Amino acid sequence: MSSNEEWRRVDGRRWDELREIRIESGVLPNADGSAYIEMGRNKIIVGVYGPREMHPKHLARPHTGILRCRYHMAPFSTEPRRSPAPSRRDMEITMVMRYALEPAIFLERYPRSTIDVYAEVLQADGGTRCASITAAAVALADAGIPLKDLVAACSAGKYEGRIVLDLNDHEDKYGEADLPLAYMPNLGSITLLQMDGLLSPEELDRCINLAIEGCRKIYEVQREALKRKYEAKKEVEGN
Amino acid sequence: MKTFENRELVLPGDVLYIGRIRAGENTYRFGDKILATRIGLVEYGRGTVSVIALEAGYQPLIGDLVVGDVVDMELGFWYVDIDAPTLAQLSVPDATGSPYSPEIVMPDILDVGDTIAAKVVDLDRKRIPILSILGKGLGRIEDGLVIRMTPSKIPRLIGKKGSMVTMILKETGCDIIIGQNGRIVVKGRSREQEDMVVKVIRRIEMEAHTTGLTNRIQEYLRCWKEGRL
Repeated sequence: MSSNEEWRRVDGRRWDELREIRIESGVLPNADGSAYIEMGRNKIIVGVYGPREMHPKHLARPHTGILRCRYHMAPFSTEPRRSPAPSRRDMEITMVMRYALEPAIFLERYPRSTIDVYAEVLQADGGTRCASITAAAVALADAGIPLKDLVAACSAGKYEGRIVLDLNDHEDKYGEADLPLAYMPNLGSITLLQMDGLLSPEELDRCINLAIEGCRKIYEVQREALKRKYEAKKEVEGN
Repeated sequence: MKTFENRELVLPGDVLYIGRIRAGENTYRFGDKILATRIGLVEYGRGTVSVIALEAGYQPLIGDLVVGDVVDMELGFWYVDIDAPTLAQLSVPDATGSPYSPEIVMPDILDVGDTIAAKVVDLDRKRIPILSILGKGLGRIEDGLVIRMTPSKIPRLIGKKGSMVTMILKETGCDIIIGQNGRIVVKGRSREQEDMVVKVIRRIEMEAHTTGLTNRIQEYLRCWKEGRL
């Protein structure tokens, strides 16, 4: 077995390398906040609306606001075509997104209201739930919703007996384990931790630490995306 | 201990201060740290640290002038959408000055789809904004152009003691109603005037976080007047 440093993955990355990641904020003028993310071959657009009046009204809670998410894969996002109807997987990721984002939002400040997050996967290549959470956090900040911290999400896992960061579709399907993790870097708290496959306790530790490192790198990209919107305008001032 | 320069751009979760200090607007305390909750410019004051938000939704406060749409009505009151987390309510006494009686035909006073300028007079125990249209300049808006702006940038459009808005009014000859909720009604004598005000407001929105804005806008308007734009 070649050493970890020489070894390359199916797409030519090193074991601890993220895919190329690009985030843009404020891409949808009609939404209160929005973001677009490209993470490798993943392409996801997220729109945030609210805080706004809750409909249907019986779902509103008197002491807190509610976060509603919708994760959806476009029919053309995968090969072969996918049914646009929400699947079990869509519903799971919808819930997972909500759980990952809820701890970061001051929902108690908006009683009887709702914040709606819509994530639309335009092209999927593994790790869409993490990319959706990452983009949703940027969109929430762009919407001016008070946040405790940005949430960055990244996966780690095991492929061909090695621990790897940010699995793509192939590694996700044929690898031994996949561990998506969402993290608030300034608070140091994990808001999502899932695992699929088998890992020993030591491998689990290594995966978590690796995923957290990945989240920190993604966090920097999120920051840049949010700042870029204002720095572009500062140049206007200079002119 | 300060971790940023004064008026530096900060993002949610950024640690603004470590130690004992009061957490001002758009910040919160976590252990011995003060963190930001919104994108904005950090401001270190005397014994306090706060963030001037660049993106924020509208949070109604008593006394605010708002522009909203009547979206529904029930017996004795209207529901008004003012872009707040909940719909606002306008009761018949707050609209007409007299108590509700069964003879009143509510759609004759205000109908669904009307745009109104109103004042937030109270927040009830459910924190629902209560509006009133009794007062000068309030009530149904008959004509004009409604445009939207991020509510947190409204103070920039008004300027120090109204300097910015007075200048825009003077230079363009338009009439403007600025709702604190980010909806602005522009009434001009010609479409050209209205278009110019919209352009100016868009520019203020873009450059709200920069300094010397009033002077730049004045220069911009002068160019327009001289036909150099």
